[in-house]
This record gives sequence, C-alpha cells and structure tokens, in this order.
Amino acid sequence: MIRWLLWLLAGALLGGVVHLVAVLLLPRTATNDAYTRLSPIAPVNAVAPVPQPLPQNEVMPFMDPAFAAAVCRYDLSEGSIKLSVPVSPAYTSVSFYTRRGIAYYAINDRAAGRRLIELELMTSNQRSQLPEDEEVTAADRLIVESPTNTGLILLRALAPEPGLMPVAQSVLSMATCRPESQTPKH
Amino acid sequence: MRLLLGLLLALIIAAAVGLGATWQTLSHGVAFGAVPIGPWTAWPKTGSREIDPYARANIARSGELPIGSGDGVAFIAHTDDTGRPLDGRCDVLLSGVTPQARFWTLTFYNPQGYLIGNSVNRQGFTSQEILRRADGSFDIFVAPRARSGNWLPTNGVDSYLLVLRLYDSPVGVETRAAREVPMPAIAVQTCS
Repeated sequence: MIRWLLWLLAGALLGGVVHLVAVLLLPRTATNDAYTRLSPIAPVNAVAPVPQPLPQNEVMPFMDPAFAAAVCRYDLSEGSIKLSVPVSPAYTSVSFYTRRGIAYYAINDRAAGRRLIELELMTSNQRSQLPEDEEVTAADRLIVESPTNTGLILLRALAPEPGLMPVAQSVLSMATCRPESQTPKH
Repeated sequence: MRLLLGLLLALIIAAAVGLGATWQTLSHGVAFGAVPIGPWTAWPKTGSREIDPYARANIARSGELPIGSGDGVAFIAHTDDTGRPLDGRCDVLLSGVTPQARFWTLTFYNPQGYLIGNSVNRQGFTSQEILRRADGSFDIFVAPRARSGNWLPTNGVDSYLLVLRLYDSPVGVETRAAREVPMPAIAVQTCS
C-alpha cells in the first residue's frame, strides 16, 4: 500500500515538472502568435499599416478600435534600424515587442517630448560596438536595445472620435523604419 | 512486474496532472501580479519585461500584443460589481469616474477578445466622446436596446467583456488600493 502511495506521489511531482516545462515551451510552439499573424502584411524593416479592426475581421484579438495602428517587423541581424514617427494631435505611442510578443519597451509622445519620435533600435552587441565619440552620448539620441534579433514595433495613434481616424492614419503613414546604413549621414 | 506497474502508474499520473494543470491554467488565463479594483482587473506586468511564464504562454496562444506599460494599462471586467457574469441580454449601467489618465477608451469584446458587430457600428467610447455630468462623472448604458446618452450596444450576446484602457496614466504595477484609483461601478439593472 505504502509503495503505491509513493508511486502516486512520484507521479504527482513529475506532473508538476511536466506542467512547468509545458508552460515554458508553449510560446515556442505557438503557430498563431502576433508575429505570425502580422508577417503576411508586414514587410521586414518597413512600416506597414495594420488594418482597422472590424467585427469578423481582425488581425489580432484585443485591438483597440479607437486607434490607427502600423507595424514595423524588424530584423537587426544586418545592423541597427532607425525609426521616426510623427506625433498626432491626440496621442501617439510606440511599443516594442520581441519575436514572442513580450512588450520590452514603450514610449508615448509626451515622454518623447517632441513633434517627432525618433529612435534607434539595436541589439546590446551592436550598441557596445558603437564608436565612443561625444556625439553618440548626446542626449538627443534615443537608443532602444532589443533583447532579440527580430520582433515588432507597433505604432499607434489615437482617434479621439471616429471622424478623426483619417488624421491618425495619415500621421502614421508618414512614419519610417529603415536600416541605419541606408539613412543619409549628416 | 510490480515495479513496472508502479512506474506506469506514476507516468500516467504525471501526464494527467501536468497536461491537465497546463490546460486549466491557460484556459483560465492565469497570470501573476493582478491589480484587482472592484470587478476590474489589470495585469500591468504583462506589458513589461517582467511578464510571467503563464502570461507569456497566454499571449502566444491568443496572438495578442499586450499593451506596453510605457503606453498604458488595460483593465478587464468579466462580471458586474456583485460577481455576476456580464450578459448582453441585460441592461448594465457603468457609472462613476475613471482614474487619472490623459485619454481612456472603453471597448466591448466577446470573451475571446474580438469585436462584436452591431447596427450602429459602435464598439466602445473614448474619453473625448463621452457625455458627462458637470462634476465629470458619467453613465454608460451597455444594453441590447437603444438608450439615450452613452449607449454601448450589446447586440444581445450571452457573454462579453469590457476593457477600460488608460493611456499615459500613473496607474500601474505600484497601484494597490481602490481608493487611489476610482473605477466605474458596473451594475445590472434589468434582464430581458
């Protein structure tokens, strides 16, 4: 009897391990995560509009219909990228996600404090290789470090009322996301 | 032989417990670090690097992008103030004020987080659209039939959830008590 109880206990403990491993591995096996859903409409290292969520026709669940959205699907393996987003009259935000959809950084227009949100995105490796001249440390250069080589940047502009949606969409259509090597040097 | 049987029993139990617990936690959307205020709950950590493994598994499965903590915070309500699940055949009154935020939006979703169509093409309100009383408080009717004032149509669905998103708001991981953060009350009036 004791022997069977011990087997039972061992099974339950092993079950706990199975549970933890399953939860940890699940994100890798997901076939319908946000990155996969956005890939068909989002070219790499460019800004693409995300279709406005409509009933029966949404790219992702839990999208806020009061916002216009655009996405930049990035790949840093060839080098860092530069992002520039004009600020809409109401509210604009830029959120960074890893390949697995983890929001590792987000900033809004007020935190950025200007008419244009300008950011550079690079891996920590690329950042450590930056030349250490003084201009690099200038405060007006906002650098975001990506924990992964690939991921998503979600740009969102609020339309405080439905009639202002075209304004929000046109602001986002002027946003750019491109490899740094293609940016003209000053 | 008994060893083999015992081992087999242990393995079967391990598989049942392990996969059963995984299915249970994921279908119920378990995540740590919840900030519950009345019927509303937010998971501010889910929008940051400190997201827990359960929330990671959940977002990978649902395909959503959680709102980043530098952007805003999302409060979800599945029930009214008394804990009764929200039913689209009932007249529900949302009343009160919202916590400090530059903007907020209220959105009506089905339990999977998708929008529900209706004849007036309204799935929510923004803080700018809402009609308020002189003191800044407001009433929103979430009801199957048209109401005067702020009416959010339910289209008669049997279950739904409400998401209140606060943008550029001090509410977040540090928020603890309801008295610092006044959320609108949710009360069922009548059911048809």
